[in-house]
Amino acid sequence: MSQKPLILEMRGITKEFPGVRALDNVTLMVAEDSIHSICGENGAGKSTLMKVLSGVYPHGTYYGKIFFNRKEVKFRNIKESEQAGIAIIHQELTMIPELSITENIFMGNELTKKGMIDWHEERKRTVEILKKVGLSINPDTLIKHLGVGQQQLVEIAKALSKNVKLLILDEPTSALNEDDSANLLELMRDLKKRGITCIMISHKLNEIAAISDAVTVIRDGQTVESYDVIAGQVDEDKIIKSMVGRSIENRYPEHESKPGEVIFEVKDWCVEDPEVPGRLVCKNSTFNVRAGEIVGFAGLMGAGRTELMRSIFGHNYGVFKGGTMKIRGKEVTLKSVEDAIANGIAYVPEDRKNLGLNLLDSIRKTVVSADLKKITTGGLLDFDKELSASEEYRSALRIKCSNVNVGVNTLSGGNQQKVVLSKWMFTEPDLLILDEPTRGIDVGAKYEIYKLIHELAAQGKAVIMVSSELPELLGVVDRIYTIFEGTITGELMASEASQESLMKRMTETSGS
Amino acid sequence: MMKAIKQVLGDNLRQYTMVLALVVLMLVFNVISGGRMMTSSNFQNLLSGNAYVLILALGMLMVIVIGQIDLSVGSVAGFSGMVMALVAKNLNVPWYVAVLIALAIGALVGAWNGFFLAKLGIPGFITTLGSMMMFRGGVIWISQSISVPAPEELRFFGAGYMPEWGPKFTGMNNSTLLLGLIGIAVFIFFESRKYKRSAALSAEKTPLWPVVARIILVSVIIGYFTWLFGSGREGTSFPIPGLILLILVIIYHTITERTRFGRHVYAVGGNKSAAALSGVNVSRTYFLTMMNMSMLAAVAGILFVGRSTAAGPSDGNSWEMDAIASVFIGGASVSGGVGTIRATMVGGMVMAVLNNGLMLMGVGADKTQVIKGLVLLLAVAFDVYNKKAGKESFIDKLLGGNKKEEK
Repeated sequence: MSQKPLILEMRGITKEFPGVRALDNVTLMVAEDSIHSICGENGAGKSTLMKVLSGVYPHGTYYGKIFFNRKEVKFRNIKESEQAGIAIIHQELTMIPELSITENIFMGNELTKKGMIDWHEERKRTVEILKKVGLSINPDTLIKHLGVGQQQLVEIAKALSKNVKLLILDEPTSALNEDDSANLLELMRDLKKRGITCIMISHKLNEIAAISDAVTVIRDGQTVESYDVIAGQVDEDKIIKSMVGRSIENRYPEHESKPGEVIFEVKDWCVEDPEVPGRLVCKNSTFNVRAGEIVGFAGLMGAGRTELMRSIFGHNYGVFKGGTMKIRGKEVTLKSVEDAIANGIAYVPEDRKNLGLNLLDSIRKTVVSADLKKITTGGLLDFDKELSASEEYRSALRIKCSNVNVGVNTLSGGNQQKVVLSKWMFTEPDLLILDEPTRGIDVGAKYEIYKLIHELAAQGKAVIMVSSELPELLGVVDRIYTIFEGTITGELMASEASQESLMKRMTETSGS
Repeated sequence: MMKAIKQVLGDNLRQYTMVLALVVLMLVFNVISGGRMMTSSNFQNLLSGNAYVLILALGMLMVIVIGQIDLSVGSVAGFSGMVMALVAKNLNVPWYVAVLIALAIGALVGAWNGFFLAKLGIPGFITTLGSMMMFRGGVIWISQSISVPAPEELRFFGAGYMPEWGPKFTGMNNSTLLLGLIGIAVFIFFESRKYKRSAALSAEKTPLWPVVARIILVSVIIGYFTWLFGSGREGTSFPIPGLILLILVIIYHTITERTRFGRHVYAVGGNKSAAALSGVNVSRTYFLTMMNMSMLAAVAGILFVGRSTAAGPSDGNSWEMDAIASVFIGGASVSGGVGTIRATMVGGMVMAVLNNGLMLMGVGADKTQVIKGLVLLLAVAFDVYNKKAGKESFIDKLLGGNKKEEK
């Protein structure tokens, strides 16, 4: 590879979780004073690799060897990797909003004098470090008063305060606007000049192309390729190809769609981030769904897919900023989830355990929970109706359980998802929105869920399926919208789309 | 043996742990106090003297199930009772108008608490801590620290008895007897309906004998208490506050188990976000639950004033603690979503019997307080331990042990 000496060598890293091999013999070589990008789909194993490197997964829980500065290292925790000079900036910011910049930077490494915190020294050093990342603000400012971009810089400053030699940035720009992103990339170039090596994980190929000296692509827990590049002259298509390059086997049931009339239309839908005023998570989204049609939404994590769907579902997320919605040609305003359900919309959330289910409930209570009116007679719940409804879905969806009175927490992921689907099928919706319906489910159950989706479409229901697994979308849906940074960037018939063409629209390539 | 018991009582024997503890407590106290526990007058007293706490516990159960707490109930009870007494005395209005005003005050305070929780998102602990202080101060303020006599008519609600009528040969108060018989009849009706339905649903033939055994067991228990309450001195019966409590228990049991609102309460407590995504109006559920709690606090205050014939400035002091303790002894979860009216009533009775039994033994209020605190802690610790390990219940162990000895 490079003539420069290697600062980091990871050889033959294999990491297993119960039932899954997350990393399989991965090799990563990073040259000194370079910016090394790691690309891969969601779940390819990038984050796991970085957790191995930084000691989140201690030595002994994985196979393979790590050499840092040409010495073998065996980190037992993050503290040890930090001492060696490796720092990781996570996707989610990890600072404490109610504390000042100084307090956050020295969190866990407080400077003390006679057992008391030496505020004067801490402030002095904070100002110096902030200068290095191009910030000139009062070190007593509370973190919560900073913008996301500035917070990111403080996070990096914190890493620098620990004499870092290798800085890992996991999706550093995913929450930033364009100016802040450009700023950050500039800072990375600057750090490189000062002898700090950076590893960047990103979905944004244009950013990778702009600053990388080397690229490693990981897919399904394996290194696909790794090569040096010249910043500014990176072949983005080549990266895309290696990111998705797996064959679609016969993992999807056959189906034939008969789309009918357009029954659901959304126009110019805008939603603002409830946490960050001014940041739109959905920008002028316009799309439609036909009866009996399965429409896919392809986008990487954080692209705004879930936010868009939850906003449509009775403004359940964010601050609604504008847009119209038509159901069967009639304009409707849904101000609450109750309204949305009453108008025939159902939403299966991506986070099953936190949003989809009340884990204290039984199957029986869960199945009817979204439409209790249906089992109410004379103001009282009719337990006979409840029982027969849950028994009906149990056998129709083949939910594996000893009886419908058992708690949903005792079920496997696939069966839990079937219970959630039952709950929404029970409301007899016209439009069924499925957000990552097969996440965390084994292959067999996935197949059953795909078949179920097809059956629902065959009954004339409109189905929206959000997924970040492209083969799944190509195998199951009829039409695909791609979404990037809150904007719908493309619309393709599934029969004409390929993983490459989708990925191109899902990432910000400089060509498009 | 174990299997037979399970068939009679249902699979989940754990819920009977506290019932068993209650029975043991009653028997132990009865022995220690030389038979003074299980007497007509003692039980009539015990029930009218604790009805107000049990009524508070009904509302508190729902508040705790939604994952909140209400510290203001004692102050609100005291305040509504005091307003009622003052209105009746100074404005010369009929007693029932005064009662309605007290209930309205309860509803208003509940709306106040509910507003801060549901609309502004301020935790119930803080909202009601504020109300607790405000209304405690309010009682002292409006009463000028002086007790105010209450209308005579209220005595009936606070400490009254059902009428005597009909033949003498029954040897007891016939109203109580009728109540007991209705209780048994209703139980038989529900059991036989349940049996018929389960027989219709499942192909297997379900045996009849557990149903009969259950009916006999419950009938004997109801019969015993009917006799206990009904056979006291002339003019006494099952007390009126007990009757009011009984009606409220039936109403709230139905609300929590059989209505949409009840399901929403459990859904919000179990997983707020999932409930919201299932179409539950979370803030309305919060609001109504808090409002209901304060209305029940007003009811409790009215009954207490009726019993003591005057509203005092310190009425309701630390009642919230007894109500909260009852709910937790009944197995409700601090994080919300778990708890039933039935178990809460058992929890409340454990506290009541403990109070009463220790008093009969001549234990002072200081030591009683210490013992009650210990019981609360032990009951909850036992419950947590049991749930964590997924262990067989205390009863399972006890009876399982018996089975081994039989062999």
